[in-house]
Amino acid sequence: MAKSGGGNDGSVPTLPSRPRRIAETSAVALGLRLLAVGPLLILLLLVAVVGLLTPNFLKPINISNILAQTAVIAIVAIGQHLVILTRGIDLSVGANLALATVVGALAYRVTDSAALVMLAMLASGAAVGAVNGLVYVFGRLPHPFIITLATLSIARGVALEVAIGHTTMRGMPAEIAALGGGNLWGIPNSFFVVCAVVAIALIMVRAMVWGRWIYAVGGKPEAAVQMGIPVKWVLVSVYVISGVCAGVGAIVLAGRTEAGSPLYGNLLELDTIAAVIIGGASFLGGRGHIGHALVGAVMIGIIRNALNLLNVDAFFQMIAIGLIIVLAVEADVLRNHLEAKVRVLQAGRAP
Amino acid sequence: MSPAAASPVLAVRDADKRFGAVHALKGVSLEAFRGEVLALLGDNGAGKSTLVKCISGVHGLDGGEVLLDGERTALHSPAAARRAGIETVYQDLALFDNLTPAQNFYCGREIAGPRWLPRGLRFLNARAMDREAAAVIERLKVSLPRFDAPVALMSGGQRQAIAVARATVFARKVVILDEPTAALGLRESRKVLDLIAQLKAEGNAVILITHNMEHVVELADRAVVLRQGRKVGELRPSRDNQRQLVSMIVGAEV
Ligand SMILES: Nc1ncnc2c1ncn2[C@@H]1O[C@H](COP(=O)(O)OP(=O)(O)O)[C@@H](O)[C@H]1O
Ligand SMILES: [Mg+2]
Repeated sequence: MAKSGGGNDGSVPTLPSRPRRIAETSAVALGLRLLAVGPLLILLLLVAVVGLLTPNFLKPINISNILAQTAVIAIVAIGQHLVILTRGIDLSVGANLALATVVGALAYRVTDSAALVMLAMLASGAAVGAVNGLVYVFGRLPHPFIITLATLSIARGVALEVAIGHTTMRGMPAEIAALGGGNLWGIPNSFFVVCAVVAIALIMVRAMVWGRWIYAVGGKPEAAVQMGIPVKWVLVSVYVISGVCAGVGAIVLAGRTEAGSPLYGNLLELDTIAAVIIGGASFLGGRGHIGHALVGAVMIGIIRNALNLLNVDAFFQMIAIGLIIVLAVEADVLRNHLEAKVRVLQAGRAP
Repeated sequence: MSPAAASPVLAVRDADKRFGAVHALKGVSLEAFRGEVLALLGDNGAGKSTLVKCISGVHGLDGGEVLLDGERTALHSPAAARRAGIETVYQDLALFDNLTPAQNFYCGREIAGPRWLPRGLRFLNARAMDREAAAVIERLKVSLPRFDAPVALMSGGQRQAIAVARATVFARKVVILDEPTAALGLRESRKVLDLIAQLKAEGNAVILITHNMEHVVELADRAVVLRQGRKVGELRPSRDNQRQLVSMIVGAEV
């Protein structure tokens, strides 16, 4: 949490006894501040460079394209971000999304109601998330890696099974197709879906007690127990929310393609984890905000788009994203190092 | 000093605790009174932390009982103990590095509403929490570099002060501090000792675990000594009986 929550800083009194700052203190503070805005700076730099290299990049139609292509990663990355905040990981999101699109396509064979089809996709996503959370917590697993790896495999298998040999199941209600593929004044509707998910997530994380608990559980799980936080239920809820995000992503993707497919969402878990980390959230949990997930998702979208425009080999996209991940993780290490330095400087201050 | 005829706010009777083959507490009894600092002394492994954890709901007792204001109280969990008015400053502080001091203060007991919603779904009243926390910090004269920065950026002494200050916000009966100055320098220790004196002045029963005899003589009204899970002595610490206290702790003859 780089910036403290709530937007109420004005009411906090400045505390007395602030001695002269040593030069070193401000240097370290500057470093920390740079690290905090680093991902955003890299994103802006990326936009500037690609904009100069390829004139088509900044055209409205291309920007609209990027937004549409980034929507699914962004939505699912928000769920992934919440999981990572609690020191967890959700490897099942891609398979979960695929299963949800298949469930949606099957539902559409039974009902014409767009609302029911959407509900089916959300419920499918939430159900996989609930399995993840419940087995992880009440199965007393040491880490969510294994269970979400298992549900990755199971959800993909179930999706292939119930799709009965089809790789695509065509047909989606018109409203869902509009949500995923339509646009308003040139802005893709999926962009508005992202905005809605961001708004709801922000309210839950910033304004509600639940959000504070997520940070506490990620910050120090033992202390969260000692402070009386229902840690187990916080963990379960986070995986359910991640599953719901996969369900929303399924609605957008199924809408855009007007189909469900057991093959959708391939490697989406890696894209979303990468988005969260290169956006600047800490892989160690407890640190980061939704802006990080969004910045990271857009960065991935832009790298893909730009390298396509530049006709660069697809392999290079993977290399580029990999390099940025290394950079982001090192930035996290550097941040911890600088913070330790601040602590030492604090202890040396005059009383 | 200690209220002579008052009844104890906390009483432990014949506390017994085993960890497998280790018999960590063997029938320990003690009493704590409001407005009094009780030092809990003993060598490493004597059972001090275990006793404290049994009082603060981390461990359950195998035998014996805990009475609060004369009533037998079941403390199944840290949350239950906190609700009963027992605050603990654990040896590892139990602070969240990623949260600000105010967020740390209220973590798990957020000021939030509306009340008809389940606790987790209530909306935070961040303004009230910041205001209250700032008031406490000021009242206790703790100096922090920034009030809106995460605790990760604060020194050992500042963190300790935050943990102690958090206990003072919610303490209604008993405050337990497990080696609160062990990791601190002289100046930072001083600050924490002042906070402990203030906790006492505010009418709490304070239980202080420490290895520093100077601190004991300065602050404690009574001292209880544990050795190998047994209570081996109880006295009023002073400069004159400091040596006697030390030999009780290590188990040598005076
Ligand atoms: N969770 C535990 N499991 C097993 N043994 C424990 C546990 N906690 C404490 N003990 C044992 O109980 C005894 C008392 O320990 P403790 O209360 O930590 O002593 P002190 O705090 O006085 O140094 C020691 O022998 C210790 O090894
Ligand atoms: Mg101990």
